[in-house]
Amino acid sequence: MRIAVLCSRIRAEEKLLFVELERRGLEYVRIDDREQVFDLHAHNYPFDVVLERAIQHSRAVYMLKIFEDAGLPTVNSHRVAVTCGDKFLVTQAMIHAGIPTPRCLLAFTPESALAGIEHLGYPVVLKPVVGSWGRMVSKINDRDAAEAVLEHRSVLGNYQHTIFYIQEYIDKPGRDIRSFVIGEECIGAIYRSSEHWITNTARGGYASNCPLTPELADLSLRAAQAIGGGVVAIDLLETKDGRLLVNEVNYTMEFRNSIEATGVDIPARIIDYVLAVGRGRV
Amino acid sequence: MRVTCTECGAEFDIPDDTMVGEIIVCPECGVELEVVSLEPPTLALAPEVEEDWGE
Repeated sequence: MRIAVLCSRIRAEEKLLFVELERRGLEYVRIDDREQVFDLHAHNYPFDVVLERAIQHSRAVYMLKIFEDAGLPTVNSHRVAVTCGDKFLVTQAMIHAGIPTPRCLLAFTPESALAGIEHLGYPVVLKPVVGSWGRMVSKINDRDAAEAVLEHRSVLGNYQHTIFYIQEYIDKPGRDIRSFVIGEECIGAIYRSSEHWITNTARGGYASNCPLTPELADLSLRAAQAIGGGVVAIDLLETKDGRLLVNEVNYTMEFRNSIEATGVDIPARIIDYVLAVGRGRV
Repeated sequence: MRVTCTECGAEFDIPDDTMVGEIIVCPECGVELEVVSLEPPTLALAPEVEEDWGE
């Protein structure tokens, strides 16, 4: 089994995966996206399965399409990467699969976005549709803040910043939940706790074990299946009346803080899954 | 492995299991550095985070 790993910057997660590949004596090659020139007419690649671990979403999407079209199995699929890379597409997938998710509006101009925000009621959360680590995610508490953020977004230059994804603010209990799904199984979950309303561990959130209840496992699995399955991390919010809402789904999941908290050898489980995909068993 | 910060010139050691592509923070000036070679151990300023970076 020859495994290609798509990557550039080596995070703790990529290093853990390489260590696991080497521990098992598996044959793998690193494909640094910064060094590649892809011949789009080529159809033969000297490996059997592709594990995507690129830090840059746009490159991951293109590379997965190239390898998938060449007939190679990939983890994750191009469809999953496209969907998870766009918060609008994830929300659409949740809504149409009947999965509980925060109320959400979409608008294309600052004026219509402001009307949408006022319709939803303060506070709201405004997010770029593409992005990660809580970057540029804004909690908007009043009209003054809404007007300021919308004006800033409209002059940033990138057309994607005038796609206004407006989400109901969920007053969560100082934490959210991240669950991990690999294939047909939810393998574990963590709480991400923070005094700040943004709880990403990349932003200082503290990871601790979250008991995997049947409800959480079932909802996580359904969310994963709704976006196409594979190896994904689901972010969930707890409401004050005890409901769980799926907030986001991540397809190149980071897990460095979650191995100890869950007690699950996540890199080993990922490599197990990659091997299964490579053997055509998934 | 002994390396030199390309920003401030500080010399410091990185672990033996360091891989090419890893990010090191200079203990002197705090800048992020990417390991671009192990033979010899060489650092370069790490790329700035872009809008589509993440998980």
